[in-house]
Amino acid sequence: MRRSSDDRTFRLGTGAFAAFVLLLVAGIAFELTRQSMLSIAKFGLKFWTTSTWNPVSGDFGALPFIWGTLYSSILALLMATPIALGIAIFISELSPRMLRQPLAYLTDLLAAIPSIVYGLWGVFVMVPFVRTLETVTPDALKRIPLFSGPPLGVGMLSAALILAVMVIPFTSSVAREILKNVPSTQREAAYALGATRWEAIKVAIGFGKSGIIGAVMLGFGRALGETIAVTMVIGNSPQVSASLFKPQYTMAAVIANEFTEAADELYLHALIEIGLLLFIITIAVNIISRLLIWSMKRRVVAPDVAPVLPAEEALA
Amino acid sequence: MKRKSLVVFLAVALAACQPNESSKTQTGTPASGGSLTINGAGATFPYPIYSKWFDEYQKTHPNVRINYQSIGSGGGIKQLTEQTVFFGASDGPMTDAQLQAAHGAILHFPTVLGGVVPVYNVEGVSAPLRFSGPLLAGIYLGKITKWNDPAIAQLNPGVKLPATDIAVVHRSDGSGTTYIFCDFLSKVSADFKQKVGVATSVSWPAGVGAKGNEGVSGLVRQTPGAIGYVELIYALQTKISFGDVQNSAGKFVTASLESVTAAAAGVAMPDDFRVSITNADGASAYPIASFTWMLLYQHPTDKTRSTAMVDFLKWALNDGQKFAPGLGYAPLPQPVVAKEIQALAKIQ
Repeated sequence: MRRSSDDRTFRLGTGAFAAFVLLLVAGIAFELTRQSMLSIAKFGLKFWTTSTWNPVSGDFGALPFIWGTLYSSILALLMATPIALGIAIFISELSPRMLRQPLAYLTDLLAAIPSIVYGLWGVFVMVPFVRTLETVTPDALKRIPLFSGPPLGVGMLSAALILAVMVIPFTSSVAREILKNVPSTQREAAYALGATRWEAIKVAIGFGKSGIIGAVMLGFGRALGETIAVTMVIGNSPQVSASLFKPQYTMAAVIANEFTEAADELYLHALIEIGLLLFIITIAVNIISRLLIWSMKRRVVAPDVAPVLPAEEALA
Repeated sequence: MKRKSLVVFLAVALAACQPNESSKTQTGTPASGGSLTINGAGATFPYPIYSKWFDEYQKTHPNVRINYQSIGSGGGIKQLTEQTVFFGASDGPMTDAQLQAAHGAILHFPTVLGGVVPVYNVEGVSAPLRFSGPLLAGIYLGKITKWNDPAIAQLNPGVKLPATDIAVVHRSDGSGTTYIFCDFLSKVSADFKQKVGVATSVSWPAGVGAKGNEGVSGLVRQTPGAIGYVELIYALQTKISFGDVQNSAGKFVTASLESVTAAAAGVAMPDDFRVSITNADGASAYPIASFTWMLLYQHPTDKTRSTAMVDFLKWALNDGQKFAPGLGYAPLPQPVVAKEIQALAKIQ
């Protein structure tokens, strides 16, 4: 009797905490919407598609920020994913046992570095390097829109590079755990069939595919929301451009930059609406990645042993 | 027993959620022993001198404690409007619309002065470059793009200017520095006024944005051909060289505490102190200068705090001014101080 009542208290208690998370997310969505009503009412859907951002005339459109956020994050993902997976595969499959622990520890340590430190490193080391790179880019190449723009150092390329470095530890630690959880029977079976080491690793990767996609999406989520390091190197100029060399802007950066001095109501509401858009985009990315993972899982032979995503909690 | 502890836990948690009655008024609670806490918030620019003043004032008035949060001018105005702080502070005067939104009349009190200077990184140029307002406007509008442009060469005879591109750097964060700079450029260039305008954040037609004075000066320092603008205090403290700017009398003036104070002396002061002193008259006036203001309600409900605050401001305007130059702020001219002392009597 006593025991069952304890159980119930425990269940109610933890259940309340779980409900608290839901409440928190709903609360954030509600508050963001409520506090951006002026801007939503005035600009409507145009807010998503126009490029003017003029606090003087009170004309606001978020397109350059949405573009900059997605473009920098996707570029970062393209650069970080191969490296992060390489690290994960080496640590979990190929590394000598002695190196395994220190290597894993070091990649995890990268994730613990505060982003302002990455930003400073970016400003003092990476930006001058990128500037040199931009200066030596031949003019013929500069005619391609991808490489057009003045050699400023700060800009899209710097932002994508710094994001890539910041994303690597997240993706690689999750991918490493996923590979570690692939049952050894999978590899043994591959070897028994005469597979080479590379082929056996491919089997392991195939087995953990859904989890690895989760790891990549975790990195994407991280890149979308990164604020201070990006602000320091992206050049903070709202424009929609495919150029890697031109300064651009992200959603998180404009909020960080302009929030403190936004005294005008409409201006403040427009900034909060940017926050709302970022919230919506992040949720959309998570939903898409969940769908991707589900569709993968269905194809995997033994779904019940497929690793439960650590990314699942982290992404939420 | 266990259930009881859960109940206790919940009770404590609920109590913690209760809005604190005293925090609602937010003007601070007088602690026991008759000591008084006054809370304020606003501009970051005057924060060093304000905290010095509050410290010094408390030495002679141990019962008055003034807290100041440097959250930015916009935040200060917002909190004052919502009456969550007793006084606000701003680098730009409040607009008519902002004043109307407040719960009662708000008075402006200039406290110290600051200036904004152009900094640059041009290869082979060591002597201070000379700029005029229209030239700076042309550069920041993206119309003058090379350092050897005739418009620059004309003002700097004898200086060998390279044919490099001008990399324009501005503040990315909302800032009083941007406000003052744009205020000056809008006065001297109709084009700038129409295309950009005046605010703490504007839509720049050219260049890259960097965060804070340190961000701008850092980027200028490492980018060949770059130009930026920073607070005079920041330039003086970090010992970076800056250009001279032509004032309305046609003279090229080097920014200094004296030339900034001279700008304040060259302006007819309106009764509400909401005045821009950029492009001021006077041969020795530096043209990109501004007051920074403290903001107070004219008829506050809390008379005790009001009396204390008026007393503090009187002290800051007289004795307090001597701390300004040491921290890099230009002190107020005497006539402005006298006018403010009169205006303080209006607070009841």
